Amino acid sequence: MKAIYILCVRQLKRYVRSPARIIGSLGQPILFLVALGFGLRSMFARAGGGDYINFLSPGIISMAILFNAVFSGIEIIWDRQFGFLKETLVAPVSRLEIVLGRMLGGAIVALVQGIVVFVICLIAGFRIQNTPYLSLAVVFMFLIALLFAGIGTVFGSVLQDMQGFPLIINFLIMPLFFFSGAIFSANGLPKVLQIMLRLNPLSYGVDGLRGACIAVFAYGLKTDLAIGVVLTGVLLALGSYFFSKIQL
Amino acid sequence: MADMIAVQGLVKNYGDFCAVNQVSFTVPEGRIFGFLGPNGAGKTTTIKMLTTVLNPTSGSIRVNGHDPTREQKQVRHSFGIVFQDPSLDDELTAFENMDLHGILYGVARGERHKRIDMLVDFVGLGERKKDLVKTFSGGMKRRLEVARALLHTPRILFLDEPTIGLDPQTRNHIWSYIQQLSREEGVTVFFTTHYMDEADRVANDVAVIDHGRIVAQGSPAELKQRTNCANLEDAFIALTGHAIREEEANAVDRMRMMGRAWRGAGRR
Repeated sequence: MKAIYILCVRQLKRYVRSPARIIGSLGQPILFLVALGFGLRSMFARAGGGDYINFLSPGIISMAILFNAVFSGIEIIWDRQFGFLKETLVAPVSRLEIVLGRMLGGAIVALVQGIVVFVICLIAGFRIQNTPYLSLAVVFMFLIALLFAGIGTVFGSVLQDMQGFPLIINFLIMPLFFFSGAIFSANGLPKVLQIMLRLNPLSYGVDGLRGACIAVFAYGLKTDLAIGVVLTGVLLALGSYFFSKIQL
Repeated sequence: MADMIAVQGLVKNYGDFCAVNQVSFTVPEGRIFGFLGPNGAGKTTTIKMLTTVLNPTSGSIRVNGHDPTREQKQVRHSFGIVFQDPSLDDELTAFENMDLHGILYGVARGERHKRIDMLVDFVGLGERKKDLVKTFSGGMKRRLEVARALLHTPRILFLDEPTIGLDPQTRNHIWSYIQQLSREEGVTVFFTTHYMDEADRVANDVAVIDHGRIVAQGSPAELKQRTNCANLEDAFIALTGHAIREEEANAVDRMRMMGRAWRGAGRR
């Protein structure tokens, strides 16, 4: 337990100590929020969709969490290089404790980053409704963070170097974001896209977060929560498994 | 005297390539054992297998009486290691790196802080304890790694080229402490180095490995006698030949190059 705690604290310390990274990773969500949010706002309203900023913000918050969480997993590759991974792998603690500490730390960092983006969205005009599920917003944010920390850990454990990194971003992370219902509604989409959204774990996180904030669900609260929890469990298990197989 | 490390018929294959080929040796408790060989001879691969981070293809290993492939926890408690590559967290301070290590090894808080103070003072970093490791020079990082490896009072100390990039003063300082540890507390030391004079001076026994096989074993004096050489360096060359070894750059080296390009120079 102590090992999990201290490795988690390490991630947080690293986060707080690199303001460049904090600010740098805000760039992308802000860009999307401004370009899409304000760019499409009037069109969205004319089409009868309501305020697009309200619709989009949960998606943008999810995006920030998604990228930070995946990155925390990919960091294993850097640690392998710049050495610190070895130090933990020869320590008399189980791989499970090490990887849980890492994933938890990475997820908390991603959650904090998500909260920062949340505040930015509020400043940009995001108006949350007084829904009974508002407290669940944080739950969904943390589920997204844990789930993608798990996915990142799988890739961080399997890949030997950073060469594969752009591949993961462009062929996995970006599609997961675009086909999650983060920027457009699941309703009225072509069948193929609907299925893609259905198969995307991020969809349920985005939908849950959006529902918690503005009381509009595509799949329903229970579905979002149940699928979110199960998938997060599966991904954490997969991340742990692949991490435990690392050999130097 | 019990054997702290006992290796029998150790083999590691990577596909067709045999990195370690039927290696056998023993290191009795309290001895200082030098594992010498040219680049790519299989030294680091052997250390990885001894320290539980790499599974052997075949052969048996006992470290402090335990099998590194099955009783990992007992083995890991038994040793401290200084890796060939840096293994500190640059974004943490010297103290935090030490403290994290102590917690991972289950050293109780009071004892931990006492030993951290003692050890960072010993390696001359007492003043820099609260500074981030990324501000340290290569030599300072090395010294901190040595201090860290000793924090949990291990029975065995693995040192993979521990004195690379250190000035003679620091080298002497570290070796004399390690010799003292071995003499007074019976700590067993297993080290690799390219400095033959160093091996000659501190090692009780050495083994020379080349192309994955052990080509000679014995005390430095015995090896010199056997090869009719005045010093260990000549004996080493006589045993392993003059050819300069090529080591394939692996993923790790490529990454390190990238890291350098990204983060600027000044890294070890």
